[in-house]
Amino acid sequence: MNLPANKKKVSIVCFSGDFDKMVAAFTIATGAAATNREVTMFFTFWGLNALKRKKGRVATGNSIMAKAFNFLMGGLNNLPLSRLNFFGISPKLMTNMMQKHNVASLPELVEAAHALGIRIVACEMAMHILEVEKSDMIEEVEDVAGVATFLNESEDAHIIFI
Amino acid sequence: MKHFLDITRETCPMTFVKVKLKLAQMSEGEQLEVLLNEGEPLENVPRSCEEQGYKVLSNDPTDEKGKHMLVIEK
Repeated sequence: MNLPANKKKVSIVCFSGDFDKMVAAFTIATGAAATNREVTMFFTFWGLNALKRKKGRVATGNSIMAKAFNFLMGGLNNLPLSRLNFFGISPKLMTNMMQKHNVASLPELVEAAHALGIRIVACEMAMHILEVEKSDMIEEVEDVAGVATFLNESEDAHIIFI
Repeated sequence: MKHFLDITRETCPMTFVKVKLKLAQMSEGEQLEVLLNEGEPLENVPRSCEEQGYKVLSNDPTDEKGKHMLVIEK
């Protein structure tokens, strides 16, 4: 996407991978993109779970530890609520409550983010640790990068850490 | 060609996200009618459209209380 040089920029670090915090991250991201800002979402650590191609629990990775971590964490459908998770029931209850109040669900927000051309970047280091390959992630992941790239790209951006 | 979008059942940020995506699909010179609620959407949708260089041709209350009809030209 060609963007004018003077466009306002927002960079969001998606670290937590909690359901509610991911809703907040995608809400800010889509809101910013829809109001003409250039948005980059940088996914690291637990945040990577939201980018996995398989949205359920899959033992991704090579080592036993990585497989165990990836299986237990799961994908977008398994993100836990940061408070009162109740063994994974609460995100489903929360989704129902959101629907009842016409608030976009997390998958809808993710879809809107892709439609708006938000740049999705995955953290190389976290991918190494968790043994997640680029092929394990959704095709919208534009880049796999480190902190130096993130900082360079975010030089004149607001940085939000979630 | 005139397009129409009802965002009265949407909440932030989908109100202006849907308008933005609809406008992106349209050709230059085409018009979009947006039915929206007073409050946050009425404050933000026309403003964000103007900021992006789209023309807000009209912004009038409808017969239904609390709803406005916006006409935007791309």
